[in-house]
Amino acid sequence: MANNMTFLETSVGKKVLMAATGFIIFGFVVVHILGNLQLFLGPEALNQYAAFLQASGPIKWTVRIVLAASVLAHIVSAVMVTLQNWRARPQKYAVKRYQETTYAARTMWLGGPIIGLFVVYHLLHFTTGHCHPVKAGFIPDSNGVINVYNNVIFGFQDTVASGVYIFTMVLIGLHLYHGLWSMMQSVGLNHPKYNHWRKAFAVLFALLIATAGISLPVSVLLGLVTPV
Amino acid sequence: MNFTLKVWRQKPGEKGKIVTYDAKEISSDASFLEMLDIVNERLVIEGEEAIAFDHDCREGICGMCGCVVNGYAHGHQEGTTLCQLHMRAFEDGSVIYVEPWRSRAFPVLKDLVVDRSAFDAIITAGGYISIRTGSAPDGNAIAVSKETADAAMDVAECIGCGACVAACPNASAMLFTSAKISQLALLPQGQPERMTRAQRMVRAMEVAGFGACTNHGECEAACPKEIKLDNIARLNREFIGASVKKQA
Ligand code: HEM
Ligand code: FES
Repeated sequence: MANNMTFLETSVGKKVLMAATGFIIFGFVVVHILGNLQLFLGPEALNQYAAFLQASGPIKWTVRIVLAASVLAHIVSAVMVTLQNWRARPQKYAVKRYQETTYAARTMWLGGPIIGLFVVYHLLHFTTGHCHPVKAGFIPDSNGVINVYNNVIFGFQDTVASGVYIFTMVLIGLHLYHGLWSMMQSVGLNHPKYNHWRKAFAVLFALLIATAGISLPVSVLLGLVTPV
Repeated sequence: MNFTLKVWRQKPGEKGKIVTYDAKEISSDASFLEMLDIVNERLVIEGEEAIAFDHDCREGICGMCGCVVNGYAHGHQEGTTLCQLHMRAFEDGSVIYVEPWRSRAFPVLKDLVVDRSAFDAIITAGGYISIRTGSAPDGNAIAVSKETADAAMDVAECIGCGACVAACPNASAMLFTSAKISQLALLPQGQPERMTRAQRMVRAMEVAGFGACTNHGECEAACPKEIKLDNIARLNREFIGASVKKQA
């Protein structure tokens, strides 16, 4: 039964690609949220950090390209794997009960695309300002730079915008709760001695990222951080 | 004991449906298959066609039996094939749904009987070792540690019933394939063909129309032989290794 399917034509190969690209995106999300937590350190810290990011041109573009490629590969393989799975059981059970799977695992296919839409919204919101509810956030100062600190706060003062972020952070938490564990399984990272750490790692990072992400809009809504 | 059965009936080449039957005065010591036998005897007397279901050893070792009972592959009891599940495990007077394994790769032949040739295709692709036949080799010629032998035996317990596919939300055959790849990958006899085996068995699995593994863990929970998810990680490792080394 030799056949000439390539590595990525197999679902096992696609899952490896999803795991690898998922890990890259995850790495970015961790750094990105850590960076944004500098909101709590005041305008100086966050604005300097933002300026530093913008200044490093080639690095910035390398990161952008690697991320865009990863997101694209992650989405394409996710869609293909999901469609394969939907085709695999044309006739459903009249009664089906689950014992092990989680809500997070069963909603990966739905949470993923919502997170993808959020990323588009997020870029239009804070990067380009097209979806900025409060115009004041996107008015450049006398030097032509946007005060990122104020931009973020004005952005989150809108309850709808904040609501979108809080909701998506919960989804990202769910996606990572299953994904970070699934990822290790997909690339064959397992060892009887360390297996219990895999779920712990997933839970820890899912919680950390969701909590950190939610803390930003919530703090602004509660008036704990105010524009300068 | 009395039960109301909701059984999937399907004639070859036709669409199927759930049909309701009464199972009356069943001994609590009857196995699930014996209960179906009793119902079938009555059906035959009444001039109806008996419910078709697969079975052979009826002692939990051959892998022939299996239905999804009340939403659980082989019923709700852990580590048990359908033939070893007894009616005392059910509540008297309850409604019991009995359906065939559902997978594109396992088409229904009749009622509760599905065609599991797709599993044979996976085995044919590489689930063996090539050796000269002839006189039996000396039992201790190749040393295998106790730990390795135990680990290989644990996966060799797989009876190929298909419950993993039936239970998986994606109808994936990864637990089965990983068990068959693992039992040989663990042993010295399996080494010469290790790379080609992973390559070929995974591809045979893909061609058969099974879904992909998204690590739900339902297969492990349903497996009557309690084969572990760790084997799926091993399959992934074997397949990645074989692909990197480019042996097909
Ligand atoms: C914040 C962005 C994202 C991160 C950090 C992320 C991370 C991950 C990780 C680590 C995995 C595990 C891979 C594996 O199972 O081996 C995964 C799986 C998956 N991702 Fe994402 N992902 C993100 C966005 C998306 C998007 C935009 C989609 C939409 C198409 C998506 C859809 C999926 C699906 C369907 C799975 C498979 C679930 C499974 O294997 O059970 N993800 N993701
Ligand atoms: S009939 Fe052989 S395992 Fe059930």
